[in-house]
Amino acid sequence: MRVNLTVNGEARQADDVWPGESLLYVLRERLGLPGAKNACEQGECGSCTVYLDGTPVCACLVAAGQAEHRDVRTVEGLPGPDGLDPVQQAFLSAGAVQCGFCTPGLVVAVHDLLARNPTPSDPDIREALAGNLCRCTGYENIVAAVKLAAGA
Amino acid sequence: MSTTTVGAGAGIGTSPLRPDGTLKVTGEFAFSSDLWADRMLWGATLRSPHPRARIVGIDLTGAVATTGVHAVLTAEDVPGKKLYGLEHADQPVLAMGQVRYAGEPVAIVAADHPETARRAAAAIVVEYEVLPPITDPVAAIDAEETVHDRGNLLRHVPIRKGSLEATAPVVVTGEYEVGMQDQAFLGPESGLAIPAEDGGVDLFIATQWLHGDLGQVADCLGLPPSKVRLSLAGVGGAFGGREDVSMQVHACMLALHTGRPVKMVYSREESFHGHVHRHPARMWYEHGADLDGRLVYVKARIVLDGGAYASTSMAVVANATTLGVGPYKVPNVVVDGYAVYTNNPPCGAMRGFGAVQACFAYESQMDKLAAALGLDPVDVRVRNALEPGDTMPTGQVVHGPAPVADLLDRVRAAAPPAQRGDDLRELPGGVANTTHGEGVRRGVGYGIGIKNVGFSEGFDDYSTARVRLEVVGGEPAAVVHTAAAEVGQGLVTIQAQIVRTELGVEQVTVATADTTVGSAGSSSASRQTYVTGGAVKAACEAVRAAVLRRAGRDDVTLRGGRLVTEGGEVVADLVDVLGDRPIEETVEWRHKPTHPLDPRTGQGDAHVQYAFAAHRATVDVDVELGLVRVVEIATAQDVGRALHPQSVRGQIAGGTAQGLGLAVMEEIQVVDGLIRNPSFTDYLIPTILDVPPMRIDVLELGDPSAPYGLRGVGEPPTISSTPAIVAAIRAATGLALNRVPVRPEHLTGT
Ligand code: FES
Ligand code: FES
Repeated sequence: MRVNLTVNGEARQADDVWPGESLLYVLRERLGLPGAKNACEQGECGSCTVYLDGTPVCACLVAAGQAEHRDVRTVEGLPGPDGLDPVQQAFLSAGAVQCGFCTPGLVVAVHDLLARNPTPSDPDIREALAGNLCRCTGYENIVAAVKLAAGA
Repeated sequence: MSTTTVGAGAGIGTSPLRPDGTLKVTGEFAFSSDLWADRMLWGATLRSPHPRARIVGIDLTGAVATTGVHAVLTAEDVPGKKLYGLEHADQPVLAMGQVRYAGEPVAIVAADHPETARRAAAAIVVEYEVLPPITDPVAAIDAEETVHDRGNLLRHVPIRKGSLEATAPVVVTGEYEVGMQDQAFLGPESGLAIPAEDGGVDLFIATQWLHGDLGQVADCLGLPPSKVRLSLAGVGGAFGGREDVSMQVHACMLALHTGRPVKMVYSREESFHGHVHRHPARMWYEHGADLDGRLVYVKARIVLDGGAYASTSMAVVANATTLGVGPYKVPNVVVDGYAVYTNNPPCGAMRGFGAVQACFAYESQMDKLAAALGLDPVDVRVRNALEPGDTMPTGQVVHGPAPVADLLDRVRAAAPPAQRGDDLRELPGGVANTTHGEGVRRGVGYGIGIKNVGFSEGFDDYSTARVRLEVVGGEPAAVVHTAAAEVGQGLVTIQAQIVRTELGVEQVTVATADTTVGSAGSSSASRQTYVTGGAVKAACEAVRAAVLRRAGRDDVTLRGGRLVTEGGEVVADLVDVLGDRPIEETVEWRHKPTHPLDPRTGQGDAHVQYAFAAHRATVDVDVELGLVRVVEIATAQDVGRALHPQSVRGQIAGGTAQGLGLAVMEEIQVVDGLIRNPSFTDYLIPTILDVPPMRIDVLELGDPSAPYGLRGVGEPPTISSTPAIVAAIRAATGLALNRVPVRPEHLTGT
């Protein structure tokens, strides 16, 4: 089948999509956007987090067909004309990136958190990011990055 | 897979941004699972559902007939050696006539869509004659039934120090158990193999050790190593789980067979079956002490379940055994460690590598000893703390700083965390807690651990670095090239920092790690900054010497792109000395040699360097619900010299969190040889709600025999956090808790 969707502000089309394919697969393998990651493909890790019509979702749980005529924004679409989004910059500066496999999903999740709650408390941060696994950092520097971005 | 250039930045001891960081935060960094090539096919693996069975027949018809399938291969199609292994080649590339663990690869498929490949693999019919699996490692040691033709005992390491008959007035004993932990790196096993015109293959791969893979892959493909070229693709975490080969040979076989690029990416479920795990351990300990709490002897027996194939079990058991009494002075030691074959999933390297299991046991014992004597748990540890000049159970003298007592004192002195507030999210179990905290008890516990850095027992442990200095765009610039695997730890940053420090140039490019340069050894054993860092430093020194020769000076250093005397006088610009003639040097660098253990007494200078970390854990336990919340962790670690302080703290926090996982949640549940929880739904790793804030105290005491005085950082934090957390839970509950992970039913007794 063919899927039509908007990705990072651009109208895109994916052809020959199998009915079973996820939005994540279409983004990564058919549209050349591997930013969203595939750590579990079961909705447990958050590494595939993207915005779907402005709401963060696990792209691995969204069937490609469900994205028809909808608006998707991925980590690749976050930088503005002046460069990195403040959340991306904060992850970099705070040392919140080690292997970086969790990073794209976390960056989107934090971007969403700060849009809803510009000055989150420590429990707010932890609650909002509970669906995003990171195996490398022990989360110390991720919490620091969120605070840094919130202060920016 | 591009090279990374570091612009204006800084040398060692500062924390410049990682050169791959921008690509990682924008999603443009190419992990091994992100690779793509024209005409690319997808590989899939058919695995055994049985832990032990004879293969009676394999019918490939259904798979071969599937539209879109380009290759279906079995053991017969392995072009070279059919067995591989890091230390002992006992693992079939594809099963030959029998399977020894559930998950063993039996056949591989290449197809034009990953789902087609998976369905074709599922269409292969294998007829098995199922046999009862050997699953109890203790019984397996001298069982008649064996997993391989040789007996089930992979290695026995005995350690004998002092008197075998020592007695003491105070004796505590315990039996301890550690469950099977998974590395659970987030980036699944994956890679892309591209057939080359010369009949060889190019493999882009996430690994910890390019040359370790290279030898095994070339052997199994029946190709000379020169025709197998490996490049490091982006690695999504490793923690030991990528030290062994997984899909490397399979992808190359499919690529060579089809003449097309082949990509393989494991699913999470396949990943749980596709790499080695942390050895489950059963341990029996007896500590004897005098009435002041000074240790007189330690006797221990440690049994590690190696699973179906050897992997690195022989080295893991040596670590568990040689480090088996912990960082303490013990005059009399009798320790026996055993690594055993079973039909359970194969076990091998995971962060801490044998030291983790032993530490849970010996630290539990130290708490028991403190309780038996009515002493404070930290006091009893300090009283026995190893000091510089002391000897280990192997007879090896500890040289350089060994701040065991100091680390303990520091975590003890750290300010305690605040009492629990009113926010329900701070209850054990968070908002899912069904009480209002009536049954919540707080406990505090301590742990300290010891780890060897680098490869041991006489292994030729070296790294190779190539450094080139040249003029680019009118500026002096350096390129550093090694085969060392950046797995997230920040080695790319460190390499550039070392070059800046040594050669006084700003512009440093870290070339992609590949096999066109000599081996760097493995990114494991907390060794890569030490050994590859040492190699890069040595290569820079060789380049600098060449610069000085060319300039005809021997009294200058390189700073800020200039040749400068000690008095600060500039004698030349580097650009002028270099002109259009670059200087390039390649250096192989080794740390001081280690030695084998005596096979009867376990005596020998087997290790290069020891590293230490201490933890204090504070927990809240809901004793009615069996829920644990780790409230805070204070940790102190001597890193010798922090080359990149921010990354050092990142390693300590990340390692501590993995130890927390082992303490309270992480276990691969294996029943009758089958993994029951191969998903992130059922195998839980700590989330941001589970990991508390940490107080991290970094000491830089300087090891005189290491480059820059550094001490390996990666593993120690994983080792002592587990016993500290369990000690805190014991303090809160009064329970014995002799097994990790501690589960809710252990706390409620239901
Ligand atoms: S890949 Fe989607 S949640 Fe893990
Ligand atoms: S940085 Fe590796 S998983 Fe988060």
